[in-house]
Amino acid sequence: MPFQPVKFYQTGTFTVGNRLLAEDERSVQSNMQRTNSLNSGHRACQGCGEALGARYAIDAAMQATNRQLIAANATGCLEVFSTPYPETSWQIPWIHSLFGNTASVATGIAAAMRVKGRSDVRVVAQGGDGGTTDIGFGCLSGMFERNDDVLYICYDNGAYMNTGVQRSSATPPAARTATTMAVGAEPGNVFGQGKDLPAIAMAHGIPYVATATVAELRDLEAKVRRSMGFRGARYLHIFVPCPLGWGHASQDTIRIARLAKETGVFPVFEAENGEVVSVSKIRRKVPVEDYLRPQKRFAHLFGNPPRADVIGRIQETADRNIRRFGLLDAQGAKP
Amino acid sequence: MFQIRIHGRGGQGVVTAAEMLSIAAFREGRHAQAFPSFGSERTGAPVVAFCRLDDKEIRLREPVLAPDALIIQDPTLLHQVDVFGGLQRDGYVLINTSRSFEQLGVGEFARGLRAERLCTVPATELALKHLGRPVPSAALLGGFAAVSGRISLDSVAAAIREKFEGKVAEGNVAAASAAYDYVKNEMREAQHAQAD
Amino acid sequence: MLKQIEGSQAVAEAVALCRPEVICAYPISPQTHIVEGLGERVKSGALAKCEFINVESEFAAMSVAIGASAAGARAYTATASQGLLYMAEAVFNASGLGLSIVMTVANRAIGAPINIWNDHSDAMSQRDCGWIQLFAENNQEALDLHIQAFRLGEELSLPVMVCMDGFILTHAYERVDIPTQEQVDAWLPPYEPRQVLDPAEPVSIGAMVGPEAFMEVRYLAHAKQMRALELIPAWAGEFREAFGRDSGGLLHTYRTDDAQMVVVALGSVLGTIKDTVDELRRDGMKIGVLGITCFRPWPIAAVRAALAHAKRVVVVEKSLAVGLGGIVSSNVRTSFTGSPDTVHTVIAGLGGRSITRAALARVFTAALADKLEPVTFLDLDRALVERALAREREQRRSGPIAENILRDLGVVAARPH
Repeated sequence: MPFQPVKFYQTGTFTVGNRLLAEDERSVQSNMQRTNSLNSGHRACQGCGEALGARYAIDAAMQATNRQLIAANATGCLEVFSTPYPETSWQIPWIHSLFGNTASVATGIAAAMRVKGRSDVRVVAQGGDGGTTDIGFGCLSGMFERNDDVLYICYDNGAYMNTGVQRSSATPPAARTATTMAVGAEPGNVFGQGKDLPAIAMAHGIPYVATATVAELRDLEAKVRRSMGFRGARYLHIFVPCPLGWGHASQDTIRIARLAKETGVFPVFEAENGEVVSVSKIRRKVPVEDYLRPQKRFAHLFGNPPRADVIGRIQETADRNIRRFGLLDAQGAKP
Repeated sequence: MFQIRIHGRGGQGVVTAAEMLSIAAFREGRHAQAFPSFGSERTGAPVVAFCRLDDKEIRLREPVLAPDALIIQDPTLLHQVDVFGGLQRDGYVLINTSRSFEQLGVGEFARGLRAERLCTVPATELALKHLGRPVPSAALLGGFAAVSGRISLDSVAAAIREKFEGKVAEGNVAAASAAYDYVKNEMREAQHAQAD
Repeated sequence: MLKQIEGSQAVAEAVALCRPEVICAYPISPQTHIVEGLGERVKSGALAKCEFINVESEFAAMSVAIGASAAGARAYTATASQGLLYMAEAVFNASGLGLSIVMTVANRAIGAPINIWNDHSDAMSQRDCGWIQLFAENNQEALDLHIQAFRLGEELSLPVMVCMDGFILTHAYERVDIPTQEQVDAWLPPYEPRQVLDPAEPVSIGAMVGPEAFMEVRYLAHAKQMRALELIPAWAGEFREAFGRDSGGLLHTYRTDDAQMVVVALGSVLGTIKDTVDELRRDGMKIGVLGITCFRPWPIAAVRAALAHAKRVVVVEKSLAVGLGGIVSSNVRTSFTGSPDTVHTVIAGLGGRSITRAALARVFTAALADKLEPVTFLDLDRALVERALAREREQRRSGPIAENILRDLGVVAARPH
């Protein structure tokens, strides 16, 4: 496993001291020479998980590629808040084409670099869950199948946020969205649907697939760096809470992401050529309720009476993830 | 302008025949146009292809409605499809068969045309003999060269060699030559019969 | 060098001579032979420094071309009919972003009903997307237009659609003159983009533009096409000097000088029309032909000039504005006010229906005798149409129209009762 979890015990502030680490273990963001590729001044919401994830991911990619990077971006929150006319917060060559074609556009860029003898220039494609698992799925699969030299990053906040929080195939069961309202016998998104994009990516047998959250940002950076060590199709699926869409406090973004991992709701792992090669263990298992309660999109589960049946099913899914990926060792299982 | 219409079934090389005919004419310095009556790829279905020859640029794009020559690669089409539609009075007809016009049931129709311009040739048999495959198209072009005199056998051979390679090309050329000789012989005999 | 080859192969050779760097295409009849020819050349090494990408849909094809072109590569793709529609969002995106992609459209009808044969409905469906649209009359012009298209698109930073009639041109063998690599290199310099994704000079391409500036951006797209109206004839002249033939330009006129009636059309049908016109001229009819080569931008002034002395215009078009009538004829009409007083629309050849000299002669003669309706469908089988309408009047569950008509024609077996 490339990333060594470092446990900090600090009182007084929430700041994690990079200065306590050796230089090569420090976050890219702590480096004064970081490229700031997604520059400040963008219009993301307070506490936006996607902005946080993208900033870390792209600066890490720039460092890993010696600043030879081109990005293609899907329509969505990231594209909209990063390029509010007439400004752009991108300091890298960046193109936004359409909603569903980002993977193909990236393929085209990579082909152009290859034909011009510039294979030192690497390509990253980025999109939200809507643009990746739904409308961009065909193009994504094509890029995977051809093993084109593209790193595709999906920022998964579980709905079409930019258009007002509509359900996507990444929306978790029971979550309230504008098209899966919290009404009726089965409030929120139904069970038995949805796409497991990381598993689908693995099924294509591509060189590298990984999941990450914005709770462990150095892990995220390390995975971006790792992915740039491969040639061919690579996929990074990042769990990014959305305060507005999920209905949680904007200062809780990282905490919610950590809860998603520590409950088993979102497994964090790496895979190569279709096989899991490392997992990020749960430090201390937490019941899913602790993850669901702070989010208004799950508020209907905690009414009078609470929906213990639904919460139970979500817990089952989390437990299944823990079993499948081996996310718990003896230490983590302790309450 | 001289217009040829070729009838056959998918898989018999009808379209290739029209193309080779156009290549042969090109090699003789003439303008030529070849195109199929279009359809999805499907073996066994009726196929029609067209070829126009002229000494100046060919602008016309309509199907060949009034052919000066007909090449019928598959006699099973004779009573299924209107193969003779629009045939000019002094038109040429070449049918791939070892039977006669009479035996094929088109004797009545043939009587209205010029006898020395109506020929049959067992092209499939010749193809099997010289090529090892029952694809009669190249052989029929040799026969067409003989009956119409509109194209030379040498040009036909050159066109075949442009389309095919190695043994297949040579086999087709041999079949075309054999068909040429067969038809020339048939024409000679018909002339002698008339003279008697 | 003179060759007797299939239209698709002629286009493949011409495109290869233009040194494309990224080719991406998805198979669809009747364009497949073009990209197969190019794919083979890339794989064998005959076409070097070129990436050939097998994409999973036409939407992906245009998107890959967008990425490649934005990154500074000369990009090419080909499609037809349903494929063009499937990539429609990306087609608009390419012109909106100002990317100089060249695409062959092997004109084919759009379903439903599904139809693989030729008409212009596909290109016409995208006529306002901002691409330059050129229509080839024969295979020589088809290959020449591609050579002109790359240079035109790159000069203007606009994508160019080269349209050639599916099957009728793509699958026809005819004599063509293929230029040499030296000739094409002299005509077409390496691609120098106005905007490019370059780590050395980062730019953001494709940002949102709000109400404050959208009008201006769109006006500039229109202005680019207006500039094309000047470049296209000028370069056709240069092309004539360099290659020795009259390919391209805005339009071609034939026997229009003293014509009282002019027939207007696009594409391969012009050949049949010219043969018909020659026959009618022998009978004393003062009739001429106007072939539109550049459909977008629409050459208003050139069309007006070409039709200035005609009293009557007959537009023969392989397209239909459902609910209105003619597409090309509507465009023709905007070229002048007043004279010519009469413009007939003849919808012909839809879905590959043959357009014959006989049918054209009938229609031209009727027009001259003032006996032609403003909008007619050439060779329409009225009995068939009446039967279909009667069926619908008789019962609510009248069944699918197309299948019923095919049954009437005997193409499909009768339903068992």
